[in-house]
Amino acid sequence: MEKKLNLDQAKIDGARRAAGKIADQLHSWISSYTTTTIERAVARLMGVDGVDSSGVPLPNVLVDKLHQAGLLEYGLAPWLARAVIATGKTVQEIAEAVGSGALEVRQIPDCPESQWTELADRLASAAAERIFSRREERKRLMSEAAPLQKPLLYVIVATGNIYEDAVQARAAALQGADVIAVIRHTGQSLLDYVPYGPTTEGYGGTYATQENFRIVRKALDEAGRETGRYIQLVNYCSGLCMPEIAAMGALERLDMMLNDSMYGILFRDINMRRTFIDQHFSRMINAFAGIIINTGEDNYLTTSDAFEKGYTVLASQFINEQLALRSGLKEEQIGLGHAFEIDPNMEDGLLMEIAQAQLSREIFPRSPLKYMPPTKHVTGDIFRTYLINGMFNLTAIITGQEIQLLGMLTEASHTPFLQDRYLGIANARYIFNNARHLGEELFFREQGRIQKRAAEVLDQAYTMLLEIEKIGLEEALARGMFADIKRSREGGKGKDGVIARHPAYYNPFPAIFLHGCAAGEGRTEESCQPI
Amino acid sequence: MPADLTRVKPYGDTMDDGAVQLSFTLPVPPGDEAREAARQLCLKMGLDAPSVVEMADLGAGFTFFVVYGKCRHTVDYAAIKIPKQQHRVMTFEEVNAAIKEHLRRKIVVVAACTGSDAHTVGIDAIVNMKGYAGEYGLERYPEMVAYNLGSQVPNADLLAKAVSHGADAVLVSQVVTQKNVHLENLTALIELAEAEGLRDKMLFICGGPRISHELAIELGYDAGFGPGTLPNHVASFIVNELIRRQEAGK
Repeated sequence: MEKKLNLDQAKIDGARRAAGKIADQLHSWISSYTTTTIERAVARLMGVDGVDSSGVPLPNVLVDKLHQAGLLEYGLAPWLARAVIATGKTVQEIAEAVGSGALEVRQIPDCPESQWTELADRLASAAAERIFSRREERKRLMSEAAPLQKPLLYVIVATGNIYEDAVQARAAALQGADVIAVIRHTGQSLLDYVPYGPTTEGYGGTYATQENFRIVRKALDEAGRETGRYIQLVNYCSGLCMPEIAAMGALERLDMMLNDSMYGILFRDINMRRTFIDQHFSRMINAFAGIIINTGEDNYLTTSDAFEKGYTVLASQFINEQLALRSGLKEEQIGLGHAFEIDPNMEDGLLMEIAQAQLSREIFPRSPLKYMPPTKHVTGDIFRTYLINGMFNLTAIITGQEIQLLGMLTEASHTPFLQDRYLGIANARYIFNNARHLGEELFFREQGRIQKRAAEVLDQAYTMLLEIEKIGLEEALARGMFADIKRSREGGKGKDGVIARHPAYYNPFPAIFLHGCAAGEGRTEESCQPI
Repeated sequence: MPADLTRVKPYGDTMDDGAVQLSFTLPVPPGDEAREAARQLCLKMGLDAPSVVEMADLGAGFTFFVVYGKCRHTVDYAAIKIPKQQHRVMTFEEVNAAIKEHLRRKIVVVAACTGSDAHTVGIDAIVNMKGYAGEYGLERYPEMVAYNLGSQVPNADLLAKAVSHGADAVLVSQVVTQKNVHLENLTALIELAEAEGLRDKMLFICGGPRISHELAIELGYDAGFGPGTLPNHVASFIVNELIRRQEAGK
């Protein structure tokens, strides 16, 4: 990639260094805690699934019982392993027995530590192998399919009925979409459990459930076979159950997950500590599963002004990158987000958009950048929206964006119709083809409007990161430095689910996910090394 | 030739040509039969001489059409009566001046996106400092105190906050909805307010892309604001209505 913005490399390095320190400050305490959803993810990974007689997911039943008994600070794995050793039952049978009351968690007999750690490690290795085989399956399917052409065409389906979603997803794939996101019910982020089974009547989307993942995965694999392509599936790894959804996504071969280190804090008022702890574990799973994460910087611009606060997007991209790297994600897996949200009535607004998009490209050259379409300033005038979406697509092709969430001409009115998606794909295909190499031919005038704007945004982001390095990210969030939203350290939902680890805490997964030591057979050096 | 207001129909380039442009999808594969199906459908919709100018394959057995036709029907524009907010829309400065002059206290507004709706774009446009389209939001009004509670606020929490802040007005936004859940949610808030004896103690105002003033009144609200609403429209209503009630109470 040719550099066109004449950016000050020392500032880029300084900003990255500051973001690294900000991430390190969080990591000085993150590993001293676990959360209820992390332990539920451990249960899911080890094979606990299903619900009890009153519909409560068994991972919740198990974790709640341990929590009430004051035993969760040791982690779930030791208790589950000891119970299996004592009873000879399967993991699932143990969960069912705890659910029915037949097994009391306090009564689980102890055994020599070497015995239960050996079993816990074995259960974890089996899970890792399952995930790894899905990863290999993806690799194989992608190698057999037509090569990807970037930007990838990313569309959403949002009918509220997973079977209808599957129909629409298949149609979108046949129309040429590369990536399909199934919109999640907006209320799920605040549920402290993952619903079970297929969703047939959701509001504003379907739940992220393992069964829903399976249904759409199957539909997309079929569409992939029909078209000779590999169609990528996306869902939302966010809210109060990030680690569990990551685990489900890893097992059902999702390809991308929306996963941001701060989104839940800012936009769902989830407790900060909970979010920082959860995002770390969820990202380890994403990393190991070969999933590309999509971060949510675009959201800042729906509450803040895109021109005035463009630098907060860049600052957040630096922070998201550093936190992601610390969870084992490679740069190629970190789809940093940004958006085309400057007021279309602004003179030279397009130039400012190009500056910001090119800036993201040059600063994060290996990130599969996720570019979000205009939503805030579009109206019911579908013809105008269609034109603005064209400008968005033009900016993407000029600046080398990689994951293009296509704008819908009916954005301000309703969830997309089948035809809206078709028109969105047609718009992008026309521009991406018609202007394919325009970026290679374009250079920006030395000290011109675009270069100056990019330098200004970098400057502001650098200053902001230095300030955050000084006060810490938690204080920055408390002061409303992102999205103009203030969140207190102790406030927010899900705080009760944060548990200080006992010195004897045991969870076999981070070692496997971060260092690839247990299920390492067959994996390349490159794919399992933490960065 | 001026339009006959008792018999109004669409205008393309000639008075009363009835020209209409529409697009839709049929769940059939493309082809001559599909084109004819689209044409016949438009005849049934009351369009004369329907012309299918575009037919595109959407895959998976669906076809997209763009059609022009001439609408047979007319409406009596002269007979239409729509209930409207009778209040005059004031500017930012006028609203603050009116509060100072007539109400002589800060006006408290509590706003939220309720239910499962997580889309705050509407409520933010009205309440946040920055506002929308160059119009400052209610937070910026020196004579108002505005609390934006954000998204996914349960109705009960919204009412509790309204009471503890001593709200003069409650603003509810509903943006994303499916199968009319926004109506159930808006109705539930009013019922709860009535049950708690709060309905007459404060103004209840709703807004969102599917909300109209007429609908809001029907649901038991004092006012409703649809697409294109700016912060000063809402502020004007609140202040005018509070002044009216104050005068009526004297």
